[in-house]
Amino acid sequence: MTDPQPTAAAPESLLASADFPPQSQITREIQDIHTEYARREAAGEKLPATIYDFPPYRSSLLRHPTKNPRLVDPETIELYSPAYGQRDVAAIESDLTLQHAGEPLGERITVRGRLLDSWGRPIPNQLIEIWQANSSGRYIHQRDQHPAPLDPNFTGAGRAITNDNGEYLFTTIKPGAYPWKNHINAWRPAHIHFSVFGNGFTQRIVTQMYFPGDPLFALDPIYNSIHRQKDRDRLISTYDHDLTVPEFSMGYRWDIVVDGPDATWHEPEEGEH
Amino acid sequence: MPEKTLDPTPGQTVGPFFAYGTIYPKMHEVVHPYSPGAIVLGGTVYDGNGAPIPDSMVEIFGADSDGTVSRARGAFRRDDHTFTGFGRSFTTDEGHYEFWTRNPGAEAGKAPFFAAIVFARGLPNKLHTRIYLPDDEAALAADPLLSSLDPAERATLIATRLPDGSLQHDIHLQGEGETVFLTF
Repeated sequence: MTDPQPTAAAPESLLASADFPPQSQITREIQDIHTEYARREAAGEKLPATIYDFPPYRSSLLRHPTKNPRLVDPETIELYSPAYGQRDVAAIESDLTLQHAGEPLGERITVRGRLLDSWGRPIPNQLIEIWQANSSGRYIHQRDQHPAPLDPNFTGAGRAITNDNGEYLFTTIKPGAYPWKNHINAWRPAHIHFSVFGNGFTQRIVTQMYFPGDPLFALDPIYNSIHRQKDRDRLISTYDHDLTVPEFSMGYRWDIVVDGPDATWHEPEEGEH
Repeated sequence: MPEKTLDPTPGQTVGPFFAYGTIYPKMHEVVHPYSPGAIVLGGTVYDGNGAPIPDSMVEIFGADSDGTVSRARGAFRRDDHTFTGFGRSFTTDEGHYEFWTRNPGAEAGKAPFFAAIVFARGLPNKLHTRIYLPDDEAALAADPLLSSLDPAERATLIATRLPDGSLQHDIHLQGEGETVFLTF
């Protein structure tokens, strides 16, 4: 049987190892895998956007499937999603700066965007959940031991329901970068976690939104678990000066696109390309 | 169907601190506990060493007992009687997930199942799978997905019915008995 210790596996912030690799090794591993995936793709292989087996992200070693997923035709239940409505979430839940008596510290931002399917159609009435660190890079979580200050006026969790045009809007604080113990000197780029429902259960995703120009992008194994630059670019919000509110907040725009389901996809016939 | 025009946003790991961002009351109570027809669906999520995974999140979406897919709201604000089919469970320190739900039905001749998604720290993206009910062997035998799998793989998708009527179903992200995951 397994030792009881690892069953209560601590999250990244607590893991420690005597043989931690340096950043240079992790960066080299990332580059080598990206090169390998580009080669395989050029050779005609169909590869998912996010790599499941991604050793630079050390926690993924025992947590990725080793077999390719089976391609199936979705059944009815998989072509629908749970139903939400505007009244499922109070309007105040999308403003993370109003959840406490005082103002949270940091740079106030608004994040606005649309939820679309891959045909560009807006997806109304869907639940979007976000969570993030505070402006100093600390999560309100008992297992986050990063010695940056907690902010008594910031929890860092919010929700919204997309409107008739598929739009959402959050008011929050720009999260800080924070260290994690994946390797020596590992720092996560500032990001906001997004949990999103589409029109079908197959479209459900959890992802992360990043901020433009972050110097940590090339160094981060989680961001780089997406092997194509054009797909990584999809995770980076755009600073939008028209969205910036005078004397109040900086504006970032970020659209989320959920895929398919492409129920009619089929293996090309012989000679069909 | 016209051409797709936009590249989808790729998924990322749910990370270690998802709990406070995704928790809500009664999220694992698809139906009110002990209400008529209510059953427990539970199991353990394991990693490649066979160790339980304490920081994962499992979601299910299932038809009602008569096979209809609910379009009712209320998965997020439970009223304890509207059936919405959707539930979410975090794993415990022992890697255990659990739902109160009902046995899903299916269209005639089809095998009923729960659609399920697994998220976890260390898992770079979501994983889709299905949790089939074990009861109708003829329907299971006729299922296109199950019949395309070898017996060991097939077994990873079919829950076990316990004497009290509950369903037991473990999920292995890797290794011995690795669950069959799906793409669409």
